[in-house]
Amino acid sequence: MLLIPCPCCGVEAAETEFHPGGEAHVKRAEADASDDAFMDYLFHRKNPKGVHFERWRHQYGCGKWFNLARDTVTLEVFGAYPADAPEPPAAIREAIAARAAERGSI
Amino acid sequence: MQRYSAFALARQALNHHEGWERAWRAPDLKDRYEVIVVGAGGHGLATAYYLAKNHGITNVAVIEKGWLGGGNTGRNTTIIRSNYLQEESAAIYELSRGLYEDLSQRLNFNIMFSPRGVLMLCQTEHELRAMKRTAHANRLAGVETEMVDPARVKQLCPIMNVDGPRYPVLGGLWQPRGGTARHDAVAWGYARAASDLGVDIVQNCEVQGIDVSNGKVMGVRTSKGAVRCEKLAVVVAGHSTVLADMAGFRLPIESVALQALVSEPIKPVMDIVVMANTVHGYMSQSDKGELVIGGGADGYNNYTQRGSFQHVEETVRALVETFPIISRLKMLRQWGGIVDMTGDRSPIISKTPVEGIFVNCGWGTGGFKAIPGSGWATASLIAKGEDKVAAPFSLERFREGRMIDESVAAAVAH
Ligand SMILES: Cc1cc2nc3c(=O)[nH]c(=O)nc-3n(C[C@H](O)[C@H](O)[C@H](O)COP(=O)(O)OP(=O)(O)OC[C@H]3O[C@@H](n4cnc5c(N)ncnc54)[C@H](O)[C@@H]3O)c2cc1C
Ligand SMILES: [Zn+2]
Repeated sequence: MLLIPCPCCGVEAAETEFHPGGEAHVKRAEADASDDAFMDYLFHRKNPKGVHFERWRHQYGCGKWFNLARDTVTLEVFGAYPADAPEPPAAIREAIAARAAERGSI
Repeated sequence: MQRYSAFALARQALNHHEGWERAWRAPDLKDRYEVIVVGAGGHGLATAYYLAKNHGITNVAVIEKGWLGGGNTGRNTTIIRSNYLQEESAAIYELSRGLYEDLSQRLNFNIMFSPRGVLMLCQTEHELRAMKRTAHANRLAGVETEMVDPARVKQLCPIMNVDGPRYPVLGGLWQPRGGTARHDAVAWGYARAASDLGVDIVQNCEVQGIDVSNGKVMGVRTSKGAVRCEKLAVVVAGHSTVLADMAGFRLPIESVALQALVSEPIKPVMDIVVMANTVHGYMSQSDKGELVIGGGADGYNNYTQRGSFQHVEETVRALVETFPIISRLKMLRQWGGIVDMTGDRSPIISKTPVEGIFVNCGWGTGGFKAIPGSGWATASLIAKGEDKVAAPFSLERFREGRMIDESVAAAVAH
């Protein structure tokens, strides 16, 4: 069971309050883009074995969308940030790097 | 290969069963192979077997990071059916179901195929209409299914509560030749037969890198050293993206956890497989007497082989409503597998942007039933460069927008 913090209303709750929405930061292909670009946008996914930046909705709470950084192997949640952020904020990237360094040194 | 038979059993009994040979060889990795298959799940092993059997290609290795059949092939609930909606699906799933019928004889290994019948319940008007459509599509595609009414449902499965308060049973889609098989035995049977034809199965050997030069595959780097190959088949289910990353191409796949559970063993109470898509649960009874239960997949990317508790709760709740008799049963074991989901819930059997690399993946929650047909088609694609059954399932369909939409037929994970 994941514990997820909502950056919109400040609640931290069990995953049953939330709904997953897949990979974050996917850029929409332009209207006149090639078929390859559309395939990339619509179907190809990073699906990493490791840290994943992903969209979630606080479905049974404030109802808002946001982004989350989470590890798909350890299930560690590194933090949440606004849905419209173009990239994960520095604090979250640092937490991820620190964890990677820690693991590297074991 | 030492053949298994009643006669062999009797003869070995005289030797106190000390004369049996290993079911498959445990060879060292050679320096090069014509074809390397990554992943010794059912699909990888069947691919290797049919490469050798149907196409005479025996210089083949199957490389497995764990033990063979330890992935989803050994974790599934073993439902076999072919009542899908689209023609392309009917072709591959029915080929597969047909191959299952006499697979025990062909492999000389008892895979315990049990065509006990699969019943998909209709519990809303909408579902009833959708299933009628599927029944018509099945008839056109030559797949034997029929719609049955609630009285017949009750007759097929007397322990079912057909007039439950929330979701009364309005009918069902019945596939009499669907059923189950022993999942480990399918992996073991293919492994033994492939090994006998000369295929090297190398376990505890992880593929850690793929060497590509000028857009063509050269070989793989493994935890037991580098191996060269002319062709590489990536058949690793939930790890498909990890391998594609090594070779430098992208896939329309997401990996999520799917769980199953079994109850304590009880006397026989049901002799068919029942799937309830609306309430999201399905159940059958194993030969040991355990009720084998499965439900929905988690919604988020996951590589941990364990899922979220609420899915178990939801599944069991739905089934208790449909089968009140099970409400006091204890559950014995619960486990998860990482399944490879595509957007249209259909698999991928395809060449890739790298020359010489083939992928077989995207079976998601329902690829056990497809093992024989998928291996058959993948082997032919690798050997001949094309295959009629595999063709619609190429990666091209995502560029062309030519989806093979099975999100209704595959509504519940199975
Ligand atoms: C709980 C559950 C219930 C299911 N129920 C059903 C059902 O009732 N009916 C049905 O038809 N299907 C069902 N399925 C789906 C079915 O199990 C799968 O689609 C099918 O088994 C996939 O087989 P596979 O050979 O592709 O993958 P797997 O059996 O997972 O084999 C892939 C292998 O690749 C290996 N591998 C991965 N990475 C590497 C690497 N780097 N190097 C070497 N080896 C590697 C893995 O160790 C693994 O052994 C279910 C799945 C689950 C999890
Ligand atoms: Zn909120």
